[in-house]
Amino acid sequence: MSIALEHYLFLGAIIFTIGVLGIFLNKKNLIIILMSIELILLSVNINFIAFSSFLNEISGQIFAMLTLTVAAAEAAIGLAILVVFFRNLGSIEVNKINNLKG
Amino acid sequence: MPILLVFLPFLGFLFCSFLGSKFHYRISQILTTFFLFISAIFSWILFFQYLGSKNTEVIYLFNWFTSGNFVADWSIRIDSLTTTMFIVVCSVSACVHMYSIGYMAEDSSKIRFMGYLSLFTFFMLTLVSSNNLLQMFFGWEGVGLASYLLIGFWNYKSSANKAAIKAFVVNRIGDFGFALGIAGVFYVFGTVDFDIIFNNAYKYNEEKISFLFLNFSTIDFLCFLLFIGAMGKSAQLGLHTWLPDAMEGPTPVSALIHAATMVTAGVFMVARMSPLFEFAYTTNIFIITIGSLTAIFAASIALTQNDIKRVIAYSTCSQLGYMFFAAGLGAYNSSIFHLMTHGFFKALLFLSAGSVIHAMHNEQDMMKMGGLFKKLPFTGIMMWIGSLAIIGFPYFSGYYSKESILENAYLSSSYFSMFAYIVGIITALLTAFYSWRLLFLTFHGSNRSDEKTYMLAHESPLVMKLPLIFLSLGTIFSGMLFSDFYIGNYKKEFWNDAIVLMNAYHHHLPFTQTLIIKSSVAFGILLASVMYFYNKGLPYKISSTFKVIYLISLNKWYFDEIYNYLFVKPYFYIAKLFWKRGDENLIDGYGPNGISKIISLGSYYLSRFQSGYLFHYAFAMLGGLVIILTWFIYY
Repeated sequence: MSIALEHYLFLGAIIFTIGVLGIFLNKKNLIIILMSIELILLSVNINFIAFSSFLNEISGQIFAMLTLTVAAAEAAIGLAILVVFFRNLGSIEVNKINNLKG
Repeated sequence: MPILLVFLPFLGFLFCSFLGSKFHYRISQILTTFFLFISAIFSWILFFQYLGSKNTEVIYLFNWFTSGNFVADWSIRIDSLTTTMFIVVCSVSACVHMYSIGYMAEDSSKIRFMGYLSLFTFFMLTLVSSNNLLQMFFGWEGVGLASYLLIGFWNYKSSANKAAIKAFVVNRIGDFGFALGIAGVFYVFGTVDFDIIFNNAYKYNEEKISFLFLNFSTIDFLCFLLFIGAMGKSAQLGLHTWLPDAMEGPTPVSALIHAATMVTAGVFMVARMSPLFEFAYTTNIFIITIGSLTAIFAASIALTQNDIKRVIAYSTCSQLGYMFFAAGLGAYNSSIFHLMTHGFFKALLFLSAGSVIHAMHNEQDMMKMGGLFKKLPFTGIMMWIGSLAIIGFPYFSGYYSKESILENAYLSSSYFSMFAYIVGIITALLTAFYSWRLLFLTFHGSNRSDEKTYMLAHESPLVMKLPLIFLSLGTIFSGMLFSDFYIGNYKKEFWNDAIVLMNAYHHHLPFTQTLIIKSSVAFGILLASVMYFYNKGLPYKISSTFKVIYLISLNKWYFDEIYNYLFVKPYFYIAKLFWKRGDENLIDGYGPNGISKIISLGSYYLSRFQSGYLFHYAFAMLGGLVIILTWFIYY
């Protein structure tokens, strides 16, 4: 059994779903949300690379590299905000963050 | 001179309202009184000038407004009717101004009081001097306003406020008729100018007017409307309820407005419009009926009232009834003559009553007086003079005027004249009875007040005595001096077309009739002295035997209660319905309040949407993304 395009797409879809569910179902930890976002970005990367190799088109891989760097920057900023957040409120529980409630 | 006469009181009012508070109150009091005395002197000079045969004179002041055919000028019409009213209004007003200086000495707003009095006098003078119906209406409404202000002068008393509003509202009903009458006159005659109306009145003798699908005689209809106005202002049966309540005002006000001048405006108006009223055959019958019924009705109430001012108020009402049935019979000159003499003696009675009230420290209940003659001999004598005049004691002023009215009633050929005559005699009896009841209860017999008040009762200061002396001179001599001009041999020369003299008789009554009148008056006095002087237990026995009649009279024939049930209560019900259901529930409920309620409710639910939880927002974003994507894929 050779590994075809569909398998990669399935993998991407599964990782994406895990990421989304991680955001929704997680009620405890803000870090897990950051990780879930990373997962979603990764699933996108997998799709990019899979299509790039399937279509013999290099631009997909270039996009994947770009996404990686952006994801890294984003993770760094996100963690920095998280640290400051923790310092100010003493908690990173998602359940307790509802200051925007109207 | 006539211009000064009319506008000096207005000047006094302006001074009081704008400059009065800058000076000592004494200055306002003296200035307004001084102005009024000048006016009074002018009015007497004018009166004597017109005593000869002088034609009607119109002093044009300025054009008030012009709208198409409708021209209203401001002018002063002077004839013997106006000069008569001038002397009544100015003399009584001057006396009342002077009297108020003493009477209101303990009041805190003297300046305001003097200002209102002067304002009233000005409005009254514009009313009587008008040359067209519109200026008359201006004065008419103006005196209503001044009356409202003065009845409610003690505005910290809720009863005074209520009485003021009642007077205003009841007058409004009459004024509505008057305003319709003016509009009708303009519609028919095309003008509101007196001369043109009077000269053309005879042309409409046979004319009919259609109103509410019924045909009326034009002049009857117009006069009826005008008379409704007169009924309101002059407190005739049906619209009389405001007058007794108006006694809430200070006593000088009662003397000036609710006895001598304003309430006679209705009689004056009927006399002024006499060239029109003489063709109003049906309305005249109505006037006679209302006048005589008012006379006897008010007298019957006055029998049992215990408030000294209310007795005099009802007697005013009753005397106005006399004037009206005289006017209805066509004896306008007797009516105006009685107006004049009544102005003097009723003002005298009221001011004397004011002196008593002043001496007794604002006690108005006659049951708590008695034996005051020893304490207040001067006031007592004045009250005696006034009472002698009101019952028509020979050679006092009331004798001439009342006699002349009864003569006219006896000799007139109109329908209902006999009815009016009999009612007039009975009323004369009742008048004598309640006048003497008042005298005995107040001045004679034993004292019923507590010792301290009685001991402290004292005669009024000179400033209150002088007006009484002036008025008593008018009361005693006005009949003797002027009867020849008003009702006697010189009446043609004196009136000189100012009023219509068609039906005015001046023959002497047959001896038997004179005897009946005199003896009925004497019987009234006798009855009063038996009941209230010699046998004190009798009134109680009678009142308990005829309890129903006594209660009806004491409670003013239940007019207030009937009106309450017929008009006031349903009106309140309807007003409440419109207010609560109509305005608050319907208009506010679905209008402004409804919209604001929807918005606040909507924003409440929308704000629920904003939970503040991150995952809710994320879910919303994803949901939105899915929907948009689905849209793009399928379309």
